[in-house]
Amino acid sequence: MTLPTTATAIAAAVRAGEVSAREVVDAHLAAIEAGDASINAFNLVLADEARAAAAAVDAKVAAGEDPGPLAGVPVALKDNLCTRGVPTTCSSRILDGWRPPYDATVVERLAGAGAVAVGKTNLDEFAMGSSTENSAFGPTRNPRDPERVPGGSSGGSAAAVAAGFAPVSLGSDTGGSIRQPAALCGVIGVKPTYGLVSRYGLVAFASSLDQIGPFSTTVADSALLLEAVAGHDPLDSTSIDAPAPSLVDVLDRGVDGLRVGLVSELMGEGIAPDVAGRVRQAADALAAAGAEIGEVSVPAASYGLSAYYLIAPAEASSNLARYDGVRYGLRVDAPTTAEMNAATRTAGFGAEVKRRIMLGTYALSAGYYDAYYGKALKVRTLIVRDFEAAYERFDLLLSPTSPTTAFRFGEKVDDPLAMYLNDVCTIPTNLAGHPAMSVPFGAGADGMPVGVQLLAPALGEATMFRAAAALEAAAPPLEEAWS
Amino acid sequence: MSDRLTRDDVAKVAHLARLELTDAELDTYTEQLGAVLDHAADVAALDLADVPPTAHPLPLVNVLRDDVVAACLDREEVLAQAPAVEDGRFRVPAILGEEP
Amino acid sequence: MTAVGNLTHEPVEGDRFTITSEGTGDTWEIVVGLEVHCELATATKLFCGCPNHFGAEPNTNVCPVCLGLPGSLPVLNQNVVELAMRLGRALHCTVEPSVFARKNYFYPDMPKDYQVSQYDQPINVDGWLDLPDGTRVGIERAHIEEDTGKNTHAGGSGRIHGADYSLVDYNRAGVPLVEIVGRPHIRHPEQAKAYIDELRAILLATGASDAKMEEGSLRVDANVSVRRVGDATLGTRCEIKNLNSLRSLGRAIEYEARRQVDLLESGERVHQETRHWDEAAGRTRPGRSKEEAEDYRYFQEPDLVPLEPSAEWVAAVDAALPVLPAERRARLAEAAGVDPTETAVVVAVQRDLDSLALAAIGAGGDGRRVLTHVEHNLAVEGAESLDPAHFAQLVTMEVAGQLTATQAKAVLTDMVATGKAPDAIAAERGFEAMDTSQLEGIIDGIIAESPQEWAEFCGGDDKRRGKLQGFFVGKVMKATKGQADGKAVNAVLEARRAAAG
Ligand SMILES: [Mg+2]
Ligand SMILES: [Zn+2]
Repeated sequence: MTLPTTATAIAAAVRAGEVSAREVVDAHLAAIEAGDASINAFNLVLADEARAAAAAVDAKVAAGEDPGPLAGVPVALKDNLCTRGVPTTCSSRILDGWRPPYDATVVERLAGAGAVAVGKTNLDEFAMGSSTENSAFGPTRNPRDPERVPGGSSGGSAAAVAAGFAPVSLGSDTGGSIRQPAALCGVIGVKPTYGLVSRYGLVAFASSLDQIGPFSTTVADSALLLEAVAGHDPLDSTSIDAPAPSLVDVLDRGVDGLRVGLVSELMGEGIAPDVAGRVRQAADALAAAGAEIGEVSVPAASYGLSAYYLIAPAEASSNLARYDGVRYGLRVDAPTTAEMNAATRTAGFGAEVKRRIMLGTYALSAGYYDAYYGKALKVRTLIVRDFEAAYERFDLLLSPTSPTTAFRFGEKVDDPLAMYLNDVCTIPTNLAGHPAMSVPFGAGADGMPVGVQLLAPALGEATMFRAAAALEAAAPPLEEAWS
Repeated sequence: MSDRLTRDDVAKVAHLARLELTDAELDTYTEQLGAVLDHAADVAALDLADVPPTAHPLPLVNVLRDDVVAACLDREEVLAQAPAVEDGRFRVPAILGEEP
Repeated sequence: MTAVGNLTHEPVEGDRFTITSEGTGDTWEIVVGLEVHCELATATKLFCGCPNHFGAEPNTNVCPVCLGLPGSLPVLNQNVVELAMRLGRALHCTVEPSVFARKNYFYPDMPKDYQVSQYDQPINVDGWLDLPDGTRVGIERAHIEEDTGKNTHAGGSGRIHGADYSLVDYNRAGVPLVEIVGRPHIRHPEQAKAYIDELRAILLATGASDAKMEEGSLRVDANVSVRRVGDATLGTRCEIKNLNSLRSLGRAIEYEARRQVDLLESGERVHQETRHWDEAAGRTRPGRSKEEAEDYRYFQEPDLVPLEPSAEWVAAVDAALPVLPAERRARLAEAAGVDPTETAVVVAVQRDLDSLALAAIGAGGDGRRVLTHVEHNLAVEGAESLDPAHFAQLVTMEVAGQLTATQAKAVLTDMVATGKAPDAIAAERGFEAMDTSQLEGIIDGIIAESPQEWAEFCGGDDKRRGKLQGFFVGKVMKATKGQADGKAVNAVLEARRAAAG
């Protein structure tokens, strides 16, 4: 029989004993072997480990034990998720050779659910970037067009799913790092409510913004994966102490009567016309399915980018201080510890990471804190208030995920500000801690995928997934160019 | 902004962050960071005196754990990751300054 | 730099330590505020489940969290909050909603290259501590923070300067500390020592810390400045670190004060800086160069959430607080009818013998005499299990003249060792009260043996008489093998002299 391709179908077939986890995993390893040389989605393929894990799942099935809801589902893990005994690089030279002595909570939960980790995916170094060009191991290519970026920072995880190397993957989203590459690669990408998924074992970029979330080709697969990894973790103080939401079961409930607001600040200047067009088309589709569509203003969203590029680098400057050559990873020798620290960090970090560390150090430094970091925290309050007001009138908000479709390599990498502007639509939700997801909705004028973004209030995942399922059902074919 | 980030500012910040920059890098970063900060000028210019800061998106308080001993890591596994080790400890080059 | 000539010092106004310059004749006073870091006596570290245990093999009490491994996250230990509040309330602080911050600087003993500490919103604020001498020292704050690992310097002298390289052990990294920031209300090195003694007593009483300076579980930094006596404004201070004993603390304060007076008298300025005490050299030295002024870039720790202890929790902490040393001194002093600053009272509380003393006084023992025994004769093991009724009985026998002071001490020693009653011990030892006629007989015999001396005693000047009084008392004591009561001997001698005159 032909092997199932979605996580939902794979898990069902493996659980029923119709296919073996081993077959499924072998097929995906073969696809990686055949295709990843040109895509570079993976920093590391865990072929032996994956086969062993698949065999364990098959043994459980054979013994009549419950192999878990993700039985035999191959999963690709962003290489900033700690995996015990397996190199975890964050696509940085500074973590050269480091093998964490522990698993991230999500990695543990996936294994417990019967999923099989097939590899660690490429990213912008320490998740800082929007194109995966900032990787010490070379860029990942967009499977829809190898001349274009896959987006970032979770470019490897997005590309792995888009290329069929794995049905699902995990990424992390600090300012759009799941949703933007999902949009550019034409897959689903979800940033959950801050605190819904444990960050324990996610190498920190900006602690108050980072969230782990799924990539998939179907809305149902993201729901399945998110259910498996979400829920309280006593190892993460910022983990919400509430039961994980039920998502798979609500997907068919439709959007009848849901109030959806189109964010006016994210539909005008700076948004490519074809992208804005697709978003209006998506709004029409939701209306046709019974939702009420309106326009809503989130005025402080226009300050989001500035606030984000002060807050995230500030936290990063502190989070990345520990890479000092003392305990793990790279060391460049020098006569004194201070010189060794500096030589190591200078050699180990790439340009974008250095840029953000310096930006954040500056924003926190004596004399500048109030004007920059302090102000940015207040803007964060304004954004939260604006969203609160919007969610009094609407159940969900709708916007583009990214201002443009996938751009070409080198187009923006030397102009940090231009690159940062990619995140303008995704950043406000990170600042507010709310969930959001990108759903593919046809292609732009260049034939590259367009993602539309659904935004929901904190813990509004169930409603958000219902609307995503409705969009999925109404979406034009991925390759259909906008005209 | 009139008081634009200077080359000296960048040098000072690089020093605080334990990064070494060449002269050329100093110029590049001064330009690039200046551009980002110019963009942030809209935020810096806002009068937000009455707005409280939001440091964190969650309204959680008092997340505590019980004072119960948990397993430690195996020392060999820990030290195996280190660039230099001696006598069960991490070895570092001479430390010049006392702890601040 | 101009030498200032010899500096002399003498306490003035009782509790102030001053330095008088022979050059200018100006008198300077020292102003000291102490910052104390103490390790809390928890089972585990501040943010992880590793044991909080001194003396383990290097790098065995470590986990991803306290090693600061990428991806690890802190979770606050409830018992740290409990102990910190206990200490704070014992120091009369208010418990406030608090948050943790990161203090950013690079140092190899700090796994994350930032320290998690409370900065602008500490848990305990605005309290005080009363010293035994009656001085009230303000407490600005007592906040929670994490300890660092430990560097061992290899090669060279074994000290940081001149070491070839260093070795780092992270067992101590993440151990919970409370930093108690005292206000600059201390005016004398001895007061500084008394403050630490008092704080230690409170730490022990509350169970917050074992407060061992030798093991580093209690560490003291001293902010020292000087000003001319009468000046209202504070001078520029230096923070003195590396004070490993009370002796170092006293010496360092005095040295640093002299150094600063020297500077100021020669027209120079004191630079605000951190200095390290070198015990062997008996001097302070600058820490790092001034150009390396730190910029710690504090900001709220995003991996932790705010701490807001409920009113109920604080009330429960208050209800469980033990009686604290100052209150114990006051109670004992009142019962004994003496001033609470008296040494015997302070010592009784320090030795944890105040409840024994109170019980003995309650059982009818004379307060002053009970305290005298506690201060001088009970610095022995087992003293605390002395039967208070027996103790009272002993004191009563002594007051009644049935035992001399020397005999009473001997009986007391036996009481501690055997648990027997004082009358039984006195009987065993043959300490019969010498009746007056017996004593008079012995004294009359001695007077008869030494007519020359007796004549001089009766007719000589005060000085000569004083000497001869010693002569006669000595002879009596020799004749009675020390069992005569000194007061009674003097009384008989005086009566005989009056009769002779
Ligand atoms: Mg401190
Ligand atoms: Zn630990």
